[in-house]
Amino acid sequence: MEITKEIQKLMLERMWTIRTFEEKVMEVHEAGEFVGAAHPYIGEEGVAVGVCLALKDTDYIAGNHRSHGHPLAKGGSIKKAMAEIYGRVDGYCNGKGGSMHLADFSVGILGESGIVASSVPVATGAGLASKIGKKDFVSVVFFGDGASNQGACHESMNLASIWKLPVIFVCENNQFAITTSYQNSVAVDNVSDRAQAYNMPGILVDGQNVEAMYEATTEAVKRARNGEGPTLIEGLTYRFEEHSLGLGRVRRGEYRTEEEINKWRDRDPILIHSKKLIDRGILSEEECKEIESNSYSQTEEAVEFARNSSFPEPSDLYEDMWANPIPKP
Amino acid sequence: MAEKIFAEAINEAIAEEMRRDSNVFIMGEDIRLSVYGATANLYKEFGEERVLDTPLSENGFFGAAIGASLVGMRPIVETVTSFMWVAMDQLISQAAKMRYMFGGQATLPVVYRASMMYGSGSAAHHSDRPYPMFMNMPGIKIAVPANSTDAKGLLKTAVRDDDPVIIFEDANLYGTRSEMSEDEIPFGKAEIVKSGTDCTIIGIAASVNLSLEVANNLEKEGISCEVINPRTLVPLDKETILKSVEKTGRLVIVDPAHKVCSAASEISSIVAEEGFWDLQSPIIKVASEQVHIPYAPSLEKLVYPNIEKVSKAVKKTLE
Repeated sequence: MEITKEIQKLMLERMWTIRTFEEKVMEVHEAGEFVGAAHPYIGEEGVAVGVCLALKDTDYIAGNHRSHGHPLAKGGSIKKAMAEIYGRVDGYCNGKGGSMHLADFSVGILGESGIVASSVPVATGAGLASKIGKKDFVSVVFFGDGASNQGACHESMNLASIWKLPVIFVCENNQFAITTSYQNSVAVDNVSDRAQAYNMPGILVDGQNVEAMYEATTEAVKRARNGEGPTLIEGLTYRFEEHSLGLGRVRRGEYRTEEEINKWRDRDPILIHSKKLIDRGILSEEECKEIESNSYSQTEEAVEFARNSSFPEPSDLYEDMWANPIPKP
Repeated sequence: MAEKIFAEAINEAIAEEMRRDSNVFIMGEDIRLSVYGATANLYKEFGEERVLDTPLSENGFFGAAIGASLVGMRPIVETVTSFMWVAMDQLISQAAKMRYMFGGQATLPVVYRASMMYGSGSAAHHSDRPYPMFMNMPGIKIAVPANSTDAKGLLKTAVRDDDPVIIFEDANLYGTRSEMSEDEIPFGKAEIVKSGTDCTIIGIAASVNLSLEVANNLEKEGISCEVINPRTLVPLDKETILKSVEKTGRLVIVDPAHKVCSAASEISSIVAEEGFWDLQSPIIKVASEQVHIPYAPSLEKLVYPNIEKVSKAVKKTLE
């Protein structure tokens, strides 16, 4: 499959956007600049970016608790994302959602759910609306290997398949549900094998290869728009950092080795893609560096924006409850 | 206006809304052949695409309705209250919380019609009246129709409302016939079913009829009761309730839900907080016993409010 130079370049830019965003989030969390937990997406950027760049602006996506990368991959505002993490009024959700609900509805996001697998039925429903309303859009849901063991996931895949819905189930297999390896919790070898039970294609893809994710998604989107139904894509990836910031330290040595982590760090999706672009003569090493440093400055600007934004006022407490408001009890 | 059977009124509301707005569709288990009685012939008029028989996957299709509503559809989901437990994640984590959690970005015009099949020997797994649990959770509007007029009017309002609504349909009313008096019923406006001066009786769902029966009986003994049908519990028309208590000075609340943290508990706490000085005697809750629903008819009949319990309660407020 031919991927345009623009897209190849954009892949690198978006992956750097996510990487630098996440590094900054870790830094300012450590410095105590925001409350609560946050789940870094570092190492998994190739999955979100490869998938989202294969979509149209009018397509929908839904995410999960580890979802800083998804709105950024789909082109959501970086400043508003950071402001939301800081709990400020200029955030996507006016400061009411925070890290685990980092959803920018203006770019077609249907929510990022803190409850594992809870977005899967919701995204399936957007696919149902596309079919009933005879629309052209497709719906994508990102979930992890852990979520693939939830009933919500299985019920949704069955629904999408019997009704031939334009839904793409993207399993970001980062190999661990906190400390529990998917190898000990999934009864088949690969999450994508489960597609057979729902009579849909199940595609295992190298999630560190952003172009492979893009290609698999492009195929799935084509099937979906043609009315051929859903696809399950498993992007095999790896969580470079620990499960969460702010939920206490997990002794990594007890569930995975430094050797394993380093092996995967060598398969960094950004390094892999940069090398390809340089080898193909699409970008020079300097131009790659420039994309990286632009990302860092963009993130700094986002942090400044977030720091300068206000916290919601007490009068905002009862705002955003209802579309058709009712009296306060 | 003519009389109508409760289930027929629901059917009419669905059909009218589906004709009016092509974004309205209905999904649920065995609805094409109307196993639960309210969806007869809809698929003949609207086709299988807008009248979806679902697999037994409540969490999946309750959630799919939410997703469809987020992108412009107006789904109606039919279910039985007891099956809501397996879909609680979607009802609570998504339907109730989404709009607030996402700072008002999400709009979810989704309606769940949940039938409460109690009092018919269905035992513990098919007899739930769980609206108080949902009253406790911000984000869901709750309607409790008491007759055919309510069934139609509240459902039509629910479909047109832009927030998630659960309509708790009392299955004891499905086959009952009553006069159709209004076509559209706003949320948050209680109905004074009967005016009176000695004691206010508030009934929930089918308990409105029970309360009215008691009021009519007591009238013969010279006791004048005012009967109120709240119609919706979220929002709750507390003004009408407080005004009535101001007049009567006495309050009995009849609620088929379990007594602890029931709708009756909430209403009684509102009156205790905001209408205390109007009260001439303690408020009495006549709600279901705090046990699961037993199968044996000899035991089941002991659980729910009945004429005797309500009459006794009213008389006690007058002692």
